[in-house]
Amino acid sequence: MSRTISIEPVTRIEGHARISLQLDDQGQVQDARFHLTQFRGFEKFCEGRPYREMPALTARTCGICPVSHVLAANKACDHLLSVSIPPTAEKLRRIINLAQLTQSHALSFFHLSSPDLLLGWDADPASRNIFGVMRQNPDLARDGIRLRQIGQTIIETLGGKKIHPTWVVPGGVSEALTADKHAVMLRLLPEGLEIAKRTYAFFKTLVPKFLDEAAHFGSQDTLFLSLVSPEGNLEHYDGVLRLKDARGRILEDQVPTWEYERLVGEAVEDFSYMKFPYYKPQGYPKGIYRVGPLARLNNANACGTPYADVALAEFRMLQESGPVASSFHYHYARLVEIIFALEMMERLLKDPRILDTRVRARARSNRDEGIGVAEAPRGTLMHHYRIDENGLITWVNLIIATGHNNLAMNQAIRQVAKTYVDGNHLQEGMLNRVEAVIRCFDPCLSCASHAFGQMPLLIELRDAAGALVDRLCRD
Amino acid sequence: MPPPPTPANVRVVTLTIDGQDLSARADETIIEVCRENQIPIPSLCYLDGLSIWGACRLCLVEIAGQGRLFAACATQVAEGMQVLTNTERLRRYRRTIVELLFAERSHICSVCVSNGHCELQHLAQTCGVDHVRVPYRQARYQMDSSHELFRLDHNRCILCTRCVRVCDEIEGAHTWDLMGRGSDCLVITDLAQPWGDSETCTGCGKCVQVCPTGALVKQGTSAGEMVKDQHFLPILARRRQAR
Repeated sequence: MSRTISIEPVTRIEGHARISLQLDDQGQVQDARFHLTQFRGFEKFCEGRPYREMPALTARTCGICPVSHVLAANKACDHLLSVSIPPTAEKLRRIINLAQLTQSHALSFFHLSSPDLLLGWDADPASRNIFGVMRQNPDLARDGIRLRQIGQTIIETLGGKKIHPTWVVPGGVSEALTADKHAVMLRLLPEGLEIAKRTYAFFKTLVPKFLDEAAHFGSQDTLFLSLVSPEGNLEHYDGVLRLKDARGRILEDQVPTWEYERLVGEAVEDFSYMKFPYYKPQGYPKGIYRVGPLARLNNANACGTPYADVALAEFRMLQESGPVASSFHYHYARLVEIIFALEMMERLLKDPRILDTRVRARARSNRDEGIGVAEAPRGTLMHHYRIDENGLITWVNLIIATGHNNLAMNQAIRQVAKTYVDGNHLQEGMLNRVEAVIRCFDPCLSCASHAFGQMPLLIELRDAAGALVDRLCRD
Repeated sequence: MPPPPTPANVRVVTLTIDGQDLSARADETIIEVCRENQIPIPSLCYLDGLSIWGACRLCLVEIAGQGRLFAACATQVAEGMQVLTNTERLRRYRRTIVELLFAERSHICSVCVSNGHCELQHLAQTCGVDHVRVPYRQARYQMDSSHELFRLDHNRCILCTRCVRVCDEIEGAHTWDLMGRGSDCLVITDLAQPWGDSETCTGCGKCVQVCPTGALVKQGTSAGEMVKDQHFLPILARRRQAR
């Protein structure tokens, strides 16, 4: 008889999710699905609010990547104002974005994923966590905590607070950088870069031990979507959209961000609160693509900073040719991006005009539709607003980085489950591998939740023996 | 600031507030004497320079020998009066009043333009409101963003009527008024027309500056950017009075 295995909650990710594995009569995995089980409703309750509130409102979707939402929202507002923000403000925004990238990637790699990589997939779940890492490899754990602290401190120094800073505003930033703050940040960066290089060197020694995982952890033919600079280099704040296929051919390039709807469609399935974006010209579900560090590195011609470019060259050697296909290598890409972020922050801080006091363009709304796109740690983040003649929001669409990866995550857990899970001899380590492939994508589900139309809510009450006691259904 | 004109032949009375012996003019209110003597007493509807409204009930005090509580803003001092401003009962009532204000409409401080500069938020902190014990009404009110310079968010209005009074008494325009009763009560411009269509509004912005919350704010402000300046009010009020 067919059975369903449910992994709930999926641990060491941001947000709440469930994975269900459908077994056939022989106990082998037939299908696997990734369910986002929480509902937020941001797109709806933001309606009627003034557009200038959107950065603060949408930042509340997440405590890990609020800066990404702040930036995408403010870029959408800049678009509504029809202004070009002062160059110094743009550089300052870039710095806070890279600081967040550093702290978020550090969280993903050290706190959430390193327990699997260092302690093993089959280690006791009670100790397979950051505390277990502290016991086994205290220096690595200390590095992770310190690196995250450096990123958070830079966010706090610029934005006034670590989480949900309101310093970035439509038209630029609210305050110019002071010499004191500038010195604080510059002092932090060399230590951060040393940690990043040390961790990267260590991780390179680990990669050969995970050849099997690299082959089966979401090693799939998909497209890759990301921002790139106009020159085609690694880009996290602005730029144009690029889409490559699994063989490395560029299908779309130099696409202005406000034309994203030409590339991205959104499908809905009844088993998840997360939408399923796809590449429109190839249709759903064929137009599967990935975003995030892996996609960004696959799409970029170069990073543009010395150490990161060396690391990028080594990253490309993970595969004989073409874009790196395995989702396991998201971890690798994350470490390369941390190096890039720290190098680039230093370069931006040493810009001679970084202390300029002209950091804000002031204007009223000059159009009724605004689109803001930035690269969040997890991938391309899109905010799209429409406003009425008084500047009140009438319609919102948020396409979240994790959402772009939804099709790929579902495909990845199917691959891992079929490879590792045997329903007849179920072991915890098998299921942990299924969770671990999700961790490769570093999903942020609190951000990615959406409701589409009527989504019935079913609550089942079961006693300790598993018998159904009561059932409540809301349409 | 020009000194307030002192009416002739006003008696001086002596009283105690929180055990402190004080003297005051007989035409002063308890809250005025408290403010002169740096005795903290919370209020939201009271504002030096505007007429007394007595609606928020946050300045309630106990008076020895009297069974009921008195609004300090609306009660004149008297000879031998013994006033208590900070008893356990008063603290409990004040906290409850602030909680009810938060529950009545949607005061989400974190995303508000007045975050960090809001009198209601400050009061909640000083009254120890770490949570709200009554259910939120979750009512949704429309915003009025039709004015070129200012914006009205009913969700953040506490109906203190400072805007109504300053517009009427200081600016002399009487653009603002109240409409409806109870929880349906709203501040309105003219005959409940969009603010931007108001023929009486002079665009002076006094209502925005005296508003204690983020209900009336300047256009173009983002979260935490709306800092209000009320220094003009007693100056204008005294100059008007001096004429």
